[in-house]
Amino acid sequence: MYKEVLRSIENVAVFPIVSLIIFVLFFIGITIWTMRVPKDVIDHMSSLPMDSNDLTDKKP
Amino acid sequence: MKIILKNLKKINHQNRKPMNDTTLERFQYDNKIVKYFGAATIIWGIIGMLVGLLAATQLFLPDANLGNPYTTFGRIRPLHTNAVIFAFVGNAIFAGVYYSMPRLLKAQMWNKTLSWFHFYGWQLIILSAVLTLPLGLTSSKEYAELEWPIDIAIAIVWVAFGVNMIGTILTRRERHMYVAIWFYLASFITVAVLHIVNSLALPVSLFKSYSAYAGVQDALVQWWYGHNAVAFFLTTPFLGLMYYFLPKAANRPVYSYKLSIIHFWSLIFLYMWAGPHHLLYTSLPEWAQVLGTVFSVMLLAPSWGGMVNGLLTLRGAWDKVTTDPVLKFMVVSITAYGMATFEGPMLSFKNVSAIAHYTDWIIAHVHIGGLGWNGFLTFGMLYWMWPRLFKTTIYSTKLANTHFWLGVLGIIFYALPMYVAALTQFLMLREFDEMGKLAYGNFLQTVVELVPMYMLRAFGGLMYVSGVILMAYNMVKTAQQGSFVETEEDSAPALATNYNPKGEFWHRAWERKPIFFAILATIAILIGGVVEIVPTILVKSNIPTISSVKPYTALELEGRDIYIQNGCVGCHSQMIRPFRFETERYGEYSKAGEFVYDRPFLWGSKRTGPDLHRIGGKYPDSWHYFHMDNPRSMSPGSLMPPYPWLATNELNFSDLPAKIRTMQKLGVPYPEGYDKQAAADLQAQASGIATNLKDAGVEVMPNTEIVALIAYLQRLGTDIKISSSN
Repeated sequence: MYKEVLRSIENVAVFPIVSLIIFVLFFIGITIWTMRVPKDVIDHMSSLPMDSNDLTDKKP
Repeated sequence: MKIILKNLKKINHQNRKPMNDTTLERFQYDNKIVKYFGAATIIWGIIGMLVGLLAATQLFLPDANLGNPYTTFGRIRPLHTNAVIFAFVGNAIFAGVYYSMPRLLKAQMWNKTLSWFHFYGWQLIILSAVLTLPLGLTSSKEYAELEWPIDIAIAIVWVAFGVNMIGTILTRRERHMYVAIWFYLASFITVAVLHIVNSLALPVSLFKSYSAYAGVQDALVQWWYGHNAVAFFLTTPFLGLMYYFLPKAANRPVYSYKLSIIHFWSLIFLYMWAGPHHLLYTSLPEWAQVLGTVFSVMLLAPSWGGMVNGLLTLRGAWDKVTTDPVLKFMVVSITAYGMATFEGPMLSFKNVSAIAHYTDWIIAHVHIGGLGWNGFLTFGMLYWMWPRLFKTTIYSTKLANTHFWLGVLGIIFYALPMYVAALTQFLMLREFDEMGKLAYGNFLQTVVELVPMYMLRAFGGLMYVSGVILMAYNMVKTAQQGSFVETEEDSAPALATNYNPKGEFWHRAWERKPIFFAILATIAILIGGVVEIVPTILVKSNIPTISSVKPYTALELEGRDIYIQNGCVGCHSQMIRPFRFETERYGEYSKAGEFVYDRPFLWGSKRTGPDLHRIGGKYPDSWHYFHMDNPRSMSPGSLMPPYPWLATNELNFSDLPAKIRTMQKLGVPYPEGYDKQAAADLQAQASGIATNLKDAGVEVMPNTEIVALIAYLQRLGTDIKISSSN
């Protein structure tokens, strides 16, 4: 069964390998970028939920 | 469309303001829509869980089906899953998104009419599910059971939600999108893709359609959907909510924002690949099974990254966890996420899957995720949000704490018995005696052992839903003691256009380019999807690879639809795995070529009863008749509900010609013009079965549903026997 399935598609092995490479490259890129990003940018981003002016920070 | 264009022009107009314009713009947050979605969450949650409790009760007390088809397990099990996933969790997502997104983007929701269209549209869809599923109008594909007109409605309402979300992002006053927004955006895109691809079907009539895929293809597409529905409906939106509401409740920013970036991308990249782990040891091509396992194991890393990030956000705030019910719920929720995402990859190993697949292990696994992660995060979010919407404090912290402990104990009483049940059953099923024969040859012998576990599970469920009812009371009281803040004022400077600072590159720039970001996320999910789907679509599986496998006869086709209507697939698989203990018990293992005419596939995912793939010819027709009428007359101790109405319900085959024509369009080789001849064939085969039954002393009209069902059951798995005897 498996042989028949595989025979009906040309170069079936290429599908997973190509996309695996895309993923790994992207992942490495993102990781390097994330490590180099300035601290103030990160601090600003992570404080975004805290900035909003809802009733959170006022005692109800 | 016009409205969208008009609004887009408006956005462009706003963006053309000069850069030095720092005047604050005033806008309002709409709390009313949040309140409505929140209330819907609680109401549907209670209903969905009560339906689950009824289903759980039927598993040790079959008479709890209330003696009619509409409330029998096979039909209410999909009602339970749809209600808790799409009604309870769905409404919770929307409540959280409509609360957090405008605040994170410093903009009101883009279009209020769309918000309300979304709210009422979604509730109507749920109502239509509550009506159609008990009536047996189902496609039988798990978590995608609703028939095609409702599927179209879901697509429209979902797109309305997405347009509103993207409109809000485009009109934002905060340049960079917080990580929660990425999760919302990715969830929207992916669910849209999944829903459309998996729901492709050819309608027969208003409430009947046949899947566009058959057999192996259908199974692969279904579990690509099923797995990613868990990922992008139950996980990623909730991670978005976690990244917003947890810092809010703990009053400190998320532990590592960098980790959240990596968490996001690796999660959405990897999740789409893992679907085939639901089909290990089935007739699915080997390479797809391996791919599913590898990526499932890799998923552990981003999942635990997210969990650690959540838990460490509470650094220095653990003292608050002991007193604040909101944080208690959130901590248990994130822990349950960690447990479920550890268990998931482990379950995708073939040898673990061999135990867990078809047993109660999977039921335990999904309920750790559902009750723990989704349920508890929802409760934490509601306990945090509700008093703020009503400008008051929670009515009773004591009640909230009681809810917490009822919930925790409920989860334990639910999950532990299910693990015990799974292992007990697996060990019994695979045991051989000294003679080399199955020690427990009858599947039923293993099921009766599990009855006490099923009772404990139902007790756990009862505790859990009791807690939710306490919460509902607490929320009503909280609302009564406060006064509702319908809108909240806020102000922020408009975004300047021509913003292009130096030093912003890569991801930092993407974070302020929502459309580009959305496209990237789409590519990420499509790669996984395409890799998995395309090769299988290319397989010419509509051409039979086993020459003796023939299309169903007219009567068998109608019988198969009765099988689908009654949700038999909820307890019976049709997929014999290549294990000795399965082939000894059921017969030759299932081959991919045997399912080429199965639209939809009916492999099932849980065996409360035995596999039925080789049931054809195993018993006489009369056995099936008596067994349907009262299962315990033939199988003492069986948990199967009785189906006496099948013997009296007249078979409605008025749509048979339409069914045949639809099947022909899908490539099933019925002869030309067979639609006109099918009814006569059906009647001839039915009277043959009725005569058979009469010889065995059973008087039954040939035009009853049971005759069609018997015809289908007797056909199951027999084609391959013809080829081997030849």
